[in-house]
Amino acid sequence: MEKRLLRKNDFYLIAALLLIFSAIAAYYFMVQDNGAYVKISIDGEYSGSFSLSDDTEYVINGYNGGVNTLVIRDGYAYLKDSSCPDHLCENMGRISKTGQSVICLPNRVVIEITKDDGENEYDTIVGALFVRNNSDPAIFLRMK
Amino acid sequence: MLFGENSMNKAKKTALYGVLTALALILGYIETLIPAFVAIPGMKIGLTNIVVLFSLYAVSERAAIIINIVRIIVLAMLFGSPLSFVFSLVGGCLSTAVMILLKKSDRFGMVGVSIAGGVTHNIGQIIVAMLVMNTKAIALYLPVLWITGIFSGMLVGFIGGLIAARIRTD
Repeated sequence: MEKRLLRKNDFYLIAALLLIFSAIAAYYFMVQDNGAYVKISIDGEYSGSFSLSDDTEYVINGYNGGVNTLVIRDGYAYLKDSSCPDHLCENMGRISKTGQSVICLPNRVVIEITKDDGENEYDTIVGALFVRNNSDPAIFLRMK
Repeated sequence: MLFGENSMNKAKKTALYGVLTALALILGYIETLIPAFVAIPGMKIGLTNIVVLFSLYAVSERAAIIINIVRIIVLAMLFGSPLSFVFSLVGGCLSTAVMILLKKSDRFGMVGVSIAGGVTHNIGQIIVAMLVMNTKAIALYLPVLWITGIFSGMLVGFIGGLIAARIRTD
């Protein structure tokens, strides 16, 4: 068995991995565009979505009593004042592009930017009655 | 095999595994102190992989597997949560398996083996995160984890490789 640091195949491996990286990055860059809604799910379940065009703040009651504050301002969404111990989600920045997300793992809260309000399936089944106010007061408490 | 595991008596082997596991634990702890790598979940330099790579080349494949698994269990009990335990267990097992396979193929140098380990470690974590959180959104971290996997793997490969080439314990 050879115990060398670098061999010819290593360079091929690095080149191949970098190539795959640029392909993935290019794909992500292309599919990104400004989203219109921020969708919230808690513990994998859809729990509501809000328009990015209205500046608001909501308190989200997450998994196991955890609390996050969702802020929507100037077309960007972000989380602040998380009750979780690590506060990672507060450092994940502001999001505005479709597909971007901020995740608070301890509270199992995911906010994700979407093109539509994510209620389309709901629409066709239940009708237009509940569509506009889709925020569950047990989960979301409006602050502003 | 620098340490010639077969010629080693049980006490020496136990001591060696213990020392390497302790070293992996310390490196794992040091890594949690580097704030630059906290912003993105799953993003790590993978300093502990230096020990795993060293064990793989200088001791045995078995040593690399055992030390890595013990390291993951103890680190999760000390600093982690059940969730971070699953994350690192899947990432760690996947990367160790890939590293052993590539090493056995005898076509790659230690840097190449380490890079493959770094990238598969991150991919493993992303897959678990997608399953646990039940969301595809997390796949957006794939590009950044992919590229950090390559560069941290390179760094780890050079460090681990240089150490494995130099240490002798006869």
